[in-house]
Amino acid sequence: MFWKLRLPLALTFFVGLVPIVTFFLTERVFGVSFVRDRVEQYMVIIAGFALLLGVVNVVQGNVRKIERRRPGWPFAISLLTGLFVMGTFGLLSAFRVGPFQGILSAPDGSDTPFYWMTRSLFNPLQAAMFSLLAFYIASAAFRAFRVRNIEASILMVAAFVVMLGRTPLGEYVFGWIPGGHRWLPTFTEWIMAVPNTAAQRGIIIGAALGAAALSLRVILGIERSHLGVKGKS
Amino acid sequence: MTPDTWYDPSRVGAPLVLLLVFSALVLFFIQRSRQGHALFIRRIAGITAMEEAVGRATELGRKVLYLPGGGTLDDIQTIASLAVMRHVASLTAQYSVELDVPNKDPLTFAAARETVQEAYIQAGRPDLFNNETVHYVTYDQFAYTASITGLMVRDKPATNFLIGAFHAESLLLAETGQTVGAMQIAGTAEVTQLPFFAVVCDYTLMGEELFAAGAYLSKEPAMLGSIKGQDITKAGLIAFLILGILLEIFGIHWFRDFMTIS
Repeated sequence: MFWKLRLPLALTFFVGLVPIVTFFLTERVFGVSFVRDRVEQYMVIIAGFALLLGVVNVVQGNVRKIERRRPGWPFAISLLTGLFVMGTFGLLSAFRVGPFQGILSAPDGSDTPFYWMTRSLFNPLQAAMFSLLAFYIASAAFRAFRVRNIEASILMVAAFVVMLGRTPLGEYVFGWIPGGHRWLPTFTEWIMAVPNTAAQRGIIIGAALGAAALSLRVILGIERSHLGVKGKS
Repeated sequence: MTPDTWYDPSRVGAPLVLLLVFSALVLFFIQRSRQGHALFIRRIAGITAMEEAVGRATELGRKVLYLPGGGTLDDIQTIASLAVMRHVASLTAQYSVELDVPNKDPLTFAAARETVQEAYIQAGRPDLFNNETVHYVTYDQFAYTASITGLMVRDKPATNFLIGAFHAESLLLAETGQTVGAMQIAGTAEVTQLPFFAVVCDYTLMGEELFAAGAYLSKEPAMLGSIKGQDITKAGLIAFLILGILLEIFGIHWFRDFMTIS
């Protein structure tokens, strides 16, 4: 009970108070910067160990998948190969072992194998995944702008104005009227700055209060789900 | 040590007053709720649909996928997500449905494993929990996204929960889930990602609803009382906003200056 509940609750209470108290105090108060910096450093150290736990879990899960020939097991081989090759070159470069002197570039200025793999394999794969977003936005926009009710209709008209107002085409639609080339961009800016910002701020204020209430519950030990136990009634 | 050296004068005005008033209100309503006073909390569609979502997975005989977002444990959205995860895990244990919780952040992974395992034990089904129920994927945002979208396409989960801190990956995940026909319940406080979830998912917990979800689901007086305190504070803030607008219109600026944090 002590290790699983009381100690974590006491630590949560102490660590939760640190940012609140240090927010109001200046660094001239003895121990403020020390405690704040230490808490941040411990967070990084704990995250490092947790990452090791994650890597072990990935290896265990994928080795099991290969052993039992589960569907998609060849992909597990690919994943483990990538993990060990990148991991090995990364560690050799980080600890400057043998010919691997440096993480990004060697002493002669040439790229290290680790950097070459990052630049030529990893970054393009990331970019490909991110660029898919354009297609997903198009299909999501199609679904959002279907005219089903009054709200969807208003959304569609607003989106049409904003899209038109943020492209050169918008300036030319009313361009034939003296001074008319600024009408759509100005209306677009108004939509973004007034109704859009007002709605966003409403959500942000609500979320901030919700976050503060949840934080208070966590600090006081009322909310305990993150410890794997039910809340205190 | 003179007073102006040990505290920051620009921060002890409105922020300190708001912190004290807010904390006092929350604690007052927690106490009031513990004493047995009934509190009305409005129905949140996304939360009440969770049981239906797990029931759907039971009928279809397919898994429930729970994504706790990309945030680490110092993100309060992740803590809120763990509270919802606990409830979802209890439901999947009761209904004997397979639950899959892939993680991006290693600390969240450790906490999620503990949360789900404990929920299975308390539901009386520890036999249903195994090491692959909650597993780690990768720390990289788009590698994680690629892995989860692939998992959705291959396994076709009946229900997807996307609850926590999401960023550029939100639409990629939610749209893939929609494509494979999963019922989707999302929740985040990231304002830039909410429109994507609202468009693509069946139910969306917006901002404060995400933080209230754990308390709402637990039905515990202490938790519900804190929501009431939060709502009263919100009403007070709205009154302050209106007061501030009126004072500014009449050229009186002391209230704005008092509320400003440098």
